[in-house]
Amino acid sequence: MPRDGLGFAGGALLLVVLLFGATLWVVGRVKQTMAINGFQALWADALLLGVLLVPLALLWPVLRGLGQARSARRALDQGDLIAARVASAEAHTWAWFALGYAAAWVIFLLLVLFFIANNVAVGRTFFQLELIASSFELVLRAFWVNVVIFFFAGLLSLVWGLIIAVAKLLPGRPAQPIRFLATFYTDAFLSLPSIIVIYLVGFGLPLTGIGFFRNMPLEALAVLALTLTYGAYMAEVYRAGLESIHPSQWAAARSLGLSYGQTLRFVIIPQAVRRIVPPLLNNFIGMQKDTALVNVVGVIDAFNQARIIASNEFNLSAVTTVAILFILITIPQTRLVDRLVERDRARMRQG
Amino acid sequence: MSFLEVREVVKRFGANEVLRGINLSVEEHQVVCLIGPSGCGKSTLLRCINGLEEIQSGEIRLHGDRISGPGVDLNALRREVGIVFQSFNLFPHMTVLQNITLAPTQVLRVPEEEARERAMALLRRIGLEHKAQAYPDQLSGGQQQRVAIVRALAMEPMLLLLDEITSALDPELVSEVLNLLRELAEEGMTMLLATHEMGFAKEVADKVCFLYGGVVHEEGPPEEIFKNPKSERTQQFLRSIIEAGRL
Repeated sequence: MPRDGLGFAGGALLLVVLLFGATLWVVGRVKQTMAINGFQALWADALLLGVLLVPLALLWPVLRGLGQARSARRALDQGDLIAARVASAEAHTWAWFALGYAAAWVIFLLLVLFFIANNVAVGRTFFQLELIASSFELVLRAFWVNVVIFFFAGLLSLVWGLIIAVAKLLPGRPAQPIRFLATFYTDAFLSLPSIIVIYLVGFGLPLTGIGFFRNMPLEALAVLALTLTYGAYMAEVYRAGLESIHPSQWAAARSLGLSYGQTLRFVIIPQAVRRIVPPLLNNFIGMQKDTALVNVVGVIDAFNQARIIASNEFNLSAVTTVAILFILITIPQTRLVDRLVERDRARMRQG
Repeated sequence: MSFLEVREVVKRFGANEVLRGINLSVEEHQVVCLIGPSGCGKSTLLRCINGLEEIQSGEIRLHGDRISGPGVDLNALRREVGIVFQSFNLFPHMTVLQNITLAPTQVLRVPEEEARERAMALLRRIGLEHKAQAYPDQLSGGQQQRVAIVRALAMEPMLLLLDEITSALDPELVSEVLNLLRELAEEGMTMLLATHEMGFAKEVADKVCFLYGGVVHEEGPPEEIFKNPKSERTQQFLRSIIEAGRL
């Protein structure tokens, strides 16, 4: 015996009505806060009105659900089980639809409350628009330092990582010490927090007084530190990639007379690289974020610049700008990784 | 002295002794078939001759040269001894043409242009010149295996080892590969093949060796082995092959 779904749809209706009440209350609080701060604008009022309309819009799915539930009831009374089941399923879907959107709306309302709490303290601390606007150029210019550090450290660690990975995979007994060193290197740098490496390299190497390091700009030392750390990460990814190539490819190449090095270069590495592009890109993104750590040695990167502004102005909005900049450059890359992974999966399904 | 001499070769994987003092000889222009149950050491023997596996004792000689043990230039050896595998092992990231020209250009230093022409001639021979720019994935199993054979031939080896090269093929694709082998045999290519294709062995082989327990249990011309096997084991093996409808 299918259920008509009347109760469920009715519950959804009740919830949407309550949600409207809650929205009304939140909008009232916002309006009140605006009044206290002497802020009045037509666009703000229009926006608030729009916010009020959202829970009303949710009435539409709820009413459709209720309609379906009613026809399910009717069909049940007439003994038409199939029609009742169809209508009831529709009623449930619509009610769930309303509930899903309602849940998201509740979270939105909570965020608004958080934002205006304590007389818009959150808003003032993190999102002071005038400060964001006035400091934007300064922060953006400092962000360029992050981009440069990231670019060079990324490039260098890709090469360095490959060297380490190949060293770890060298065959035979004579290469044993090399293998050992490479393994120790990756173990050490995988376990070291990158902030410590940056600190040691950035402060320590110039202190040694060795001419080469003493005259190095801080940015270059930061690049060096990040390359050392991420070279180890990259090496692990490369190694996994190289080892994932089936031994039969080695056998085929070696049996044709190709040397170990030729086999790596023409057969193994080209295949491995295709597989490891997604994890390598993930490491790239991780490194990108770690460029913010170079502030510990005094490089004026975006974060450091923003901190200076923050302590001068007693407000964190410039740091918010940095956060947004990082998000903006990272999201496209994350999507790219997703797409590459998806493409690989599709190809494997094919093959 | 035969062209290829395998003498008392022992090969162990850990505690597992796969080859237990095996003896075998192949003359120039001969086709020798290795038959026997799975795990009898056919593939291992081929891989040892090509230097893909180290042997623990005994020796292998090619043209009188010792090609096993320390001090052997394996890369040089492999220029002379080609091997084709059950699972083709083409390089999936290269086109058919690149698969064939890679070793000649990199190992023998044949100029690019010349290597390409020779590869195209080989492809024409197997009727696949229109697939020169295709990738291995885009070929059927039989086509891939023929390309793999041609890839080995491009190095102009003195000896061709073939490791159950039709076992991974759909039945209707087996004949195109066997036909190519027949042609090669007629041209006088020296071949040592591990195979389950008894009909083919009967027709083409000059000698058939039945491997059992890591040694050559019985050997002789195909007529003899297939019609008149002497040992109990060989009879048993052939009986089960006949029961399976493979002979």
